[in-house]
Amino acid sequence: MRRVERRDAVRALVVGAGYCAMPRAYAASGRVIPIGVTAVFPEDEVGLLHTWKEWLEERLQRPIEFVTRSSYREISDLIRAGQLDFAWICGYPYVRYKSELRLVAVPVWKGKPLYRSYIIAPVEDIRPQRILDLRGHVFAFSDPDSNSGHLYPCYALIREEQDPDAFFSRTFYTWAHRLVVRAVGEGVAQAGAVDGYVYELVASLQPRLVARTRVVERSPLFGHTPMVARRDIDPQEEAAFFAALAAMTDDPRGRELLRAMQLDGFVRGNVALYDSIEGMMHADEQFRARKMAARP
Amino acid sequence: MSAFRFPRFFPQLSLRYKIPLRVTLLVLLVALSVTVAIVLRQANQAREDLDRYSSSLARALANTLQPYLRHDDVWRAYEIIRSAIEDAGATSSGSPPVIVTDATGMIFVSSKPREFPVGASLASIGPDFAYFTSLHRPDATAESAGIGPEGSDRLFYAAPIKADTVRLGDVVLVSSRSALWPRYVEILKQASAVTVLALALLLPASWFWARRTATPLVSLASAMRKVPARLDDISEDTLADEGDEIGELTRTFRSMLADLKNKRELENQVVASERLAAIGRLAAGIAHEINNPLGGMLNAISTYRKHGSNDPLVNRTLALLERGLTQIRASVGALLVETRLSDRPLTREDFDDVLLLVAPQVDRKGGAIDRDVRVDFPLPLPAGQVRQILINLLLNAANAIEPGGRIGLVVELPDPVLRIRVHNSGRHIPEEKLQYLFEPFTLAAGEGSGLGLWVVYQIVKQLGGSLSVDSKPDSTFFAVELPLDSTVTQLPHGQQEHERASAAVLD
Repeated sequence: MRRVERRDAVRALVVGAGYCAMPRAYAASGRVIPIGVTAVFPEDEVGLLHTWKEWLEERLQRPIEFVTRSSYREISDLIRAGQLDFAWICGYPYVRYKSELRLVAVPVWKGKPLYRSYIIAPVEDIRPQRILDLRGHVFAFSDPDSNSGHLYPCYALIREEQDPDAFFSRTFYTWAHRLVVRAVGEGVAQAGAVDGYVYELVASLQPRLVARTRVVERSPLFGHTPMVARRDIDPQEEAAFFAALAAMTDDPRGRELLRAMQLDGFVRGNVALYDSIEGMMHADEQFRARKMAARP
Repeated sequence: MSAFRFPRFFPQLSLRYKIPLRVTLLVLLVALSVTVAIVLRQANQAREDLDRYSSSLARALANTLQPYLRHDDVWRAYEIIRSAIEDAGATSSGSPPVIVTDATGMIFVSSKPREFPVGASLASIGPDFAYFTSLHRPDATAESAGIGPEGSDRLFYAAPIKADTVRLGDVVLVSSRSALWPRYVEILKQASAVTVLALALLLPASWFWARRTATPLVSLASAMRKVPARLDDISEDTLADEGDEIGELTRTFRSMLADLKNKRELENQVVASERLAAIGRLAAGIAHEINNPLGGMLNAISTYRKHGSNDPLVNRTLALLERGLTQIRASVGALLVETRLSDRPLTREDFDDVLLLVAPQVDRKGGAIDRDVRVDFPLPLPAGQVRQILINLLLNAANAIEPGGRIGLVVELPDPVLRIRVHNSGRHIPEEKLQYLFEPFTLAAGEGSGLGLWVVYQIVKQLGGSLSVDSKPDSTFFAVELPLDSTVTQLPHGQQEHERASAAVLD
């Protein structure tokens, strides 16, 4: 059932966009632009990504390639190594490698370039009201480099003077936000941390999956997952890519895509958007440094 | 050994039902045991299949999961076991839970995390699990296949997850015995269908065969029940005549039946001839008692005629007395058959004379005599006696034939006897009269004196011959056999011959 839902959604999108019989006039004109995509977007939505790719290729008159890897770290490493031109990553790796990356665009969700982290639990577990109620639970993080799926819940515990390494009975990573939803929904974990944007996108694409979970706590707003470029990107290419992203709202098919992605568009972001994430990162680092120092 | 007695059911029941019932019972037993054997074999097979499948799944999962256990990657391990049982789960009702434990027996991950939560101790899940963990050896080579506590539905299969020789944990498959039930039921259904089909073919065939086996015995028994009272009711056609033991029994029974009939015949004959002898003795005694005074009375009448008065009334009365006494003497003589033995041998003329004598009687009925005399004359037999036999038999035949009927006379000489056969068409002698046929006055219903056959019988006896009769509707046969007697021609007249005749009658 889950598959059918998704396939139907993709088919509706593809047909709606009218791309099926479109000639590809830009073919072979220029170098392929490699663009990394992390689990900040449910990258297993292959049909949606493919439609977006075709739209961008037509817009840029360049072939592009969406590169996906199994963890944030791999994408971060690839773009830092210059093997990707652009990447859609999380705010946490962005602030960590800010000096090596250029902020290109920030998605607009619910009218703002901001999003939240959600702490979720199985729908039948009605007791916990906040992350502090989850002591001794098996907890699913999405990715060690995720803000919403790892940094924020750790920070939330550190802020409450809890040791995130000891607070839960067991933790594991699912390496994708959507899989955190599954892990909690199927009971592998008794709670988890997930990107609020992804959670709500998945809720519309795979309602059954999300229906088995409930949100225990919503985090404060953070800068949304940034689209970044490698430091040494050609400014013209960066400008063209930003223009293409920004132009999605001007185009019917672009708007159709944005609706499917549940975004309002892409805007030129401000580095200051990510200050709060940077603050959490420092708090986390200090906590770990203190912990190291306390060790005999 | 001897103390054991096989219980007998329905000892009164006829073999007609007993044999088919036994055969049916045997067929049912065989079918049932074959079915049970097949079902047990198949059920064993099903269990072996489950063991093999579960063990190999556990081993395959253990190999695949090893790196994820090493990297502490709960989620990927979970995805692997989920996809493994989703692939396989369609085969049985509900996929068996797969549990991955770490080296300390804690659940690393399981396919049903709500039942077997991550981080819980496997032994703490329930008594079955504690039983399993107590049995499963914690080393890198230990595999467990299908162990589970008695009375529990659960079966455990375990394969160690090992890196080199280090055991990182186990893959534990929890299968259920009851998961096999649908397959058992299916096996049972199939086996039952085959059994019913086989029975549908076998039962009528075996019933038919058993009935065939029983039938000869049953008809033999029913024939035997009629012995000895109703021998003639036994129809021997219903008795089987095959080469087996029943056939042997039937043949023995038949020969016994024949013996019985012969015996009865003989007894009848003995009874009849004894009766005839008694009658003969009685008649001879009476004849002597009567003949003595009779002779005296006749002598007295004769004397009176010679010397007495010539009174006409007396003479008339004496004549009346003399006729009466003479008739008495004739009747007694006939009863005694006190015939004189002929002094001469039998010639062809004797036959001609007799035929001439009976011709008027035959002609009156419009009948005819077919004569077949194939002997050379003269024969050493007393002619007078043979003539008397012939006359009596032919006259009887002439009486018996319907108008226009035929009489046959056959005379043969199968040395050393003369055989005379008289055959006639027409009324036959009823069965109940045959056995008294040769007694005096048996057939004296209107025609004749009733002494003819009695006379024939007496003469034949005197001559040492035999007499037989066979009477069927429309056909009656009398046969007389007389031994040739070489003394006849040398017989002198007179005393000797008279003595012989008397002796024969008195004998």
